[in-house]
Amino acid sequence: MKSLKTPVIKVLIAAALSLGAVGAGHAQAPAEAPAATTAATPAAANDTAAPVAADAAAPAGDATYVPMKPTPGVGQPVDAGINFQTQESPIGQQAYWFSHTLLLPIITFISLFVLGLLLWVIFRYRAKANPVPSKTTHNTFIEIIWTAIPVLILAVIAVPSIRLLAAQYEPPKKDALTIKVTGYQWYWGYAYPDQGIGEYVSKMLTEDQAKASGEPYHLAVDNRMVVPVGKQVKLIITGADVIHSFAVPALWTKMDAVPGRANETTFTVNKPGVYYGQCSELCGVDHGFMPIAVEALPMDKWKAWVRFKGGNPDGAEAAAPAAAQPAPEGPIDAVHTTAPAETPETAPGKTVGSPATTN
Amino acid sequence: MTDIAATAPVHGHADHAHDDHDHKPGFFVRWFMSTNHKDIGTLYLIFAIIAGIVGGVLSGMMRLELAEPGIQYLQGWAQFMGGAGDATAGKHFWNVMITAHGLIMVFFMVMPAMIGGFGNWFVPLMIGAPDMAFPRMNNVSFWLTAVAFVMLVGSMFVPGGSGNGAGTGWTVYAPLSTSGSAGPAVDMAIFSLHLAGAASILGAINFITTIFNMRAPGMTLHKMPLFVWSVLVTAFLLLLALPVLAAAITMLITDRNFGTTFYDATGGGDPVLYQHLFWFFGHPEVYIMILPGFGIVSQVISTFSRKPVFGYLGMAYAMVAIGVVGFIVWAHHMFTVGMSVNLKMYFTAATMVIAVPTGIKIFSWIATMWGGSISFKTPMVWAIGFIFMFTVGGVTGVVLANGGVDTALHDTYYVVAHFHYVLSLGAVFSLFAGFYYWFPKMSGRMYSEVLGQLHFWIFFIGVNVLFFPQHFLGQQGMPRRYPDYAEAFTYWHHISSIGYAIMAVGMLFFFVNVIYSLVAGKKAVDNPWGEGATTLEWTLSSPPPFHQFNELPRIA
Repeated sequence: MKSLKTPVIKVLIAAALSLGAVGAGHAQAPAEAPAATTAATPAAANDTAAPVAADAAAPAGDATYVPMKPTPGVGQPVDAGINFQTQESPIGQQAYWFSHTLLLPIITFISLFVLGLLLWVIFRYRAKANPVPSKTTHNTFIEIIWTAIPVLILAVIAVPSIRLLAAQYEPPKKDALTIKVTGYQWYWGYAYPDQGIGEYVSKMLTEDQAKASGEPYHLAVDNRMVVPVGKQVKLIITGADVIHSFAVPALWTKMDAVPGRANETTFTVNKPGVYYGQCSELCGVDHGFMPIAVEALPMDKWKAWVRFKGGNPDGAEAAAPAAAQPAPEGPIDAVHTTAPAETPETAPGKTVGSPATTN
Repeated sequence: MTDIAATAPVHGHADHAHDDHDHKPGFFVRWFMSTNHKDIGTLYLIFAIIAGIVGGVLSGMMRLELAEPGIQYLQGWAQFMGGAGDATAGKHFWNVMITAHGLIMVFFMVMPAMIGGFGNWFVPLMIGAPDMAFPRMNNVSFWLTAVAFVMLVGSMFVPGGSGNGAGTGWTVYAPLSTSGSAGPAVDMAIFSLHLAGAASILGAINFITTIFNMRAPGMTLHKMPLFVWSVLVTAFLLLLALPVLAAAITMLITDRNFGTTFYDATGGGDPVLYQHLFWFFGHPEVYIMILPGFGIVSQVISTFSRKPVFGYLGMAYAMVAIGVVGFIVWAHHMFTVGMSVNLKMYFTAATMVIAVPTGIKIFSWIATMWGGSISFKTPMVWAIGFIFMFTVGGVTGVVLANGGVDTALHDTYYVVAHFHYVLSLGAVFSLFAGFYYWFPKMSGRMYSEVLGQLHFWIFFIGVNVLFFPQHFLGQQGMPRRYPDYAEAFTYWHHISSIGYAIMAVGMLFFFVNVIYSLVAGKKAVDNPWGEGATTLEWTLSSPPPFHQFNELPRIA
């Protein structure tokens, strides 16, 4: 941590502002989930203590699961980092290439070009160097040039940009793993309808808990979303109360959780790891304290996790065609349910609503 | 605009003689029941400075809180503001601050200063009109804005759900703003927006009428100074965009209080409808904030280059184009809301188109300076700073326009950096350029050049240290509107807060300069900027007579 402990800031900004700053009140995990939620997810009760037991050597049985340790610098921000997080999904890598290899040089060049022109003009046409101003006010040729060239640059940008969008919106594969994500004030609920894993709740760890499990505070959660590596994951995302947004920077994923809508997005994780994200739509007091953690495991370990959760991993294959049935083709980005929004009481355990009507 | 050079009307000097014989009303009538465009403009400027101080202090509090990880001050502040002193009230107060900072800076600082302040002062002067078309309505506009500001600040002291004040963000998204925020604070904030919106609509009608009907003989539309063009386009944007906002937030009010379900899916409504309506207003709104700045910068660049604006018609119609296209790109603010891929492709393409007229403006400003004889007075350095900083904010806008890239950057600090580059370093730079440019005309006194230059350089360094690192935070994934953050974000947050402190020092020079100049500044001549200043306001005395152009100037 390159922390600059300059007191200058406090002196300058604060003097008049820091009105009796009460001791640092760290965010606490949000209050308990609605009773119904916990009741409906018996599996969740078993592993609430899992992060604490992370260090304990787990017996290598089939139905055991020990939360993976995050790798520093992967799936999370790095100290004083300036670039995107390392991308660990095919879409993320394509988008990163577009953004970093194409857009960044272009915008840097344009900015420096304008700066260079300004500096030249400032130097060459200062009053001392050029006492008599010219009276030129038109030059059709150059005006056409500086209209046409930006159009060309934008055309060059537009092609990969549209391609990227098309790739992001490719319809999910038939065997994609479906996870239902529900945003609550202020935690996330995950359910695996095809594996028979009812909704369980994912909340932020307190500072002490995060330290104990060797994870970054503000990002670590008690129950992660666990997915298999290399398999496409299809998220059906909705909000229970207000709008939240499910975001994982290292997977180039962000989709709003809107009450009354079932939004769909997909990602595929390239390699095992823990990928953190945070709620990205203002949702009230604890907006900053409902992080997301996606743990990607090799298929066999993921299956073990499913069994550990009391689900049936092979239900995936069996039930996949059925699950993918609603709107298997066409633009199924925003599946707009006409059904009433699910309340926290009814949501847990239920499978995906009725995304019958698409936009 | 250039064509009106050297057409100084004979009345300019005749007006001098009347200076002492102006029949100014008494203090109360003059300032509280004003119908004089210059007095109302002055009121707007004073108002904008006060609102800017409030909004600026709020941002200082936010940067102070974010200087270190952990929550250090929020509870104390919440308690000081009359709320509870617990963690929840503290975090709610954070949301109240981000909301108030955004609304105040947009509706009560930039807009009143640009349109109410400089627009009121200089549109009639530049087109050779004696006053605005509807002087009383002008006064109504100002006082509605003032009351709206009082309502908004007042909302911070009444219950708004988890604590005092409206904690919905300046966008007031449903359902956080409906079922998610109990208490009268959000209602007060919404009413405040209603009033401010009504004031702006009245003002827009006033400007359009004035510009279309009250131009001096010979002042055709294609001879109008670019600042007047910019206000004209802005007024149309206001007139078309604000009623949509009014409708959207009226439905919020009825959803909150009267059981309607416009934005509630359980009753057949849709929260996303609100976002469409809001951004249909909200995107033109960002051009409302920057277009008058374009106009100011055009005047300043031309004046201090001693050269007419390059490509005048292209400049005027580029603003018209920006205004038109500004209405059909709104959903790029909602790329992650779950829209169809075709829609996203359309909004990506349409948004990028805006870069073209914007580029025309940037290059035309540089071409105006090209071949000029440039003097670097304070207004000019602000205007040059504007061109570069607005370019930087513009190119990050091109990045964000790409729906596929926005997936990662949406609602992160990258967006915060982007819109502060175009507003805090764009619109605000142009405001300072205009302020220094017209200060001698408005006050009759010269500002201090040394203090003005110091103000610029310190402010310039400060805001860049403040906002540039926020690009890094955003790329690393730091979300907006967070009172606390993961430790890895500490470094750049800390740098950013230092930038605020530098910027604040720069602002000290501004205030000292204003006070010093008003009290002891040199008397300003009619035209302190020399032959480059060709618009009509420079033909009048400094300050202009209480009523000008009793006999209309003729434009050759």
